[in-house]
Amino acid sequence: METNNFDYKNIPGWGLDIDEHNEPTYPMKNYTGDDHKRSDYEKPPQQPADVEILQSTERPALSAVFGNASPPSGLSGMIRRYAFKHSEDRYRHWIPLILADRVNAWEGIIDDFRKGIIPNIPAERGWKSELKYNRAGLTKKILVTGVISLVLLSYLTRKKR
Amino acid sequence: MLAMNYRGPYRVRIEQRPMPEILHPEDAIVRVTRTCICGSDLHLYHGMVPDTRVGSTFGHEFIGIIEEIGPLVTNVKIGDQVLVPFNIACGRCNFCKQGLYGNCHESNPMATAVSGIFGYSHTAGGFNGGQAEYVRVPYANTGPTVIPPDMDPDDAVLLTDVVPTGYQAAEMGGIKEGDTVVVFGAGPIGIMAARCAWFFGAARVIIIDHIDYRLEFARNYAKCEAYNFKSMEDPVVFLKKITDWYGADVCIDCVGCEAEGNALQTFTGKVTLMQAGAATALQWAINSVKKGGIVSVVGVYGPPFNYVPIGNVLNKGITLRANQASVKRLLPKLIEHVQAGRLDPKGLITHKVPLEEIADAYHIFSAKLDECIKVVLIPSTKS
Repeated sequence: METNNFDYKNIPGWGLDIDEHNEPTYPMKNYTGDDHKRSDYEKPPQQPADVEILQSTERPALSAVFGNASPPSGLSGMIRRYAFKHSEDRYRHWIPLILADRVNAWEGIIDDFRKGIIPNIPAERGWKSELKYNRAGLTKKILVTGVISLVLLSYLTRKKR
Repeated sequence: MLAMNYRGPYRVRIEQRPMPEILHPEDAIVRVTRTCICGSDLHLYHGMVPDTRVGSTFGHEFIGIIEEIGPLVTNVKIGDQVLVPFNIACGRCNFCKQGLYGNCHESNPMATAVSGIFGYSHTAGGFNGGQAEYVRVPYANTGPTVIPPDMDPDDAVLLTDVVPTGYQAAEMGGIKEGDTVVVFGAGPIGIMAARCAWFFGAARVIIIDHIDYRLEFARNYAKCEAYNFKSMEDPVVFLKKITDWYGADVCIDCVGCEAEGNALQTFTGKVTLMQAGAATALQWAINSVKKGGIVSVVGVYGPPFNYVPIGNVLNKGITLRANQASVKRLLPKLIEHVQAGRLDPKGLITHKVPLEEIADAYHIFSAKLDECIKVVLIPSTKS
């Protein structure tokens, strides 16, 4: 990479109009000039990685701390590993992650059955509160879903005949 | 311990999980005494945020008691009652040193655009959150702040996100004395932003939403004008008209990616996910602000991209300001406002629910049942 070795301060007019009060980021940011030190700062101790951590390609190393929840696994994990080969700028990063999330939801159901848990999906979706506060809405939803299912079913069976 | 467990879009449950452990010498373990569901948690709950993994525990608004500390923790001690800012910040990178605690460079290896946030997907660092009985809190020398002894815990828990985010939304608006401020979204953050706009000298504060009970709540709580955009033909024209055909001085987007009100934005952003959520509120903010005005954004959008009228930002000379709230920077001032009785955070709370009933709590908040504004979850281990 080429670097500028000349003294830019010798450029005619350099710095003549510096106005320290023109700081549009204040008070969100208390500008100190430390930005020019880039990544040169006292680093916190490093958390050891005891599970697989996927890392953005836009940074040189793991951050000093990170979460270790739900490490990548299964098919969704494979998709996530692919996604993390691409930078945060690319659709190839984000679209596979959304796909992995959807796959992961199905993996969760399969995993529940494998552990002998039958997922109580109505309870997980908070239907008790729907019944309590929106009984009419819930009845309507069930009726509409029932009618659509019946119509589809009768259409499909008629087509077979 | 009991913890919330995300199972996929619109599905959560409570279950037994292993206790969190100290993984870094600056960690603390906090026993949670209050935790909230944030409006932005609903983006996770609805499956809108990429890399939200099944098995994760959400929750970035919580307070609790320090149960255990790592060997390098010196600023808090076991037994302290603390409020924990939603941002995970090291306090020593060049962003933290300049007050940008919401942009820490040492708390998230998985994305560079966002710093670590408790319980907010792997895009925000993969940390388990506080909708649990216990939670691991990294960088305990920086984030956790001891709750003043005379402060109501219901006030304290809202100082972890809602109050600072609402306040910073108004602060970023650069409001001048006499300004007209329009806030889009009458959720907890929008209501707080409208309330805080008065601190900066606004002469007129207007809030826009489509849910009548929330507008009524905002009218009373934030002492502002409140209008339902569903009763208007065109919200932008309406806002121009009521500001002498000039536009608002400041517009604030407190809605983010799940906005309603524009069929194209809804179809492309929410139905087909062709953009990172529906950017209707941001579009209205840009088009309703005066030339040379300021648009402040605290509504959460997904990472890829959104359709917004950037050409109008140029042509109108708009200043666009946005950030995650820098909670730690704002806390001293906001604690003072609360203690002086100038702010009443707990006035936003409409529902207190046991942690065990989290699935119902999420549904009530998401479906806006029972005139819900803000839900606080209370673990049974609180005392």
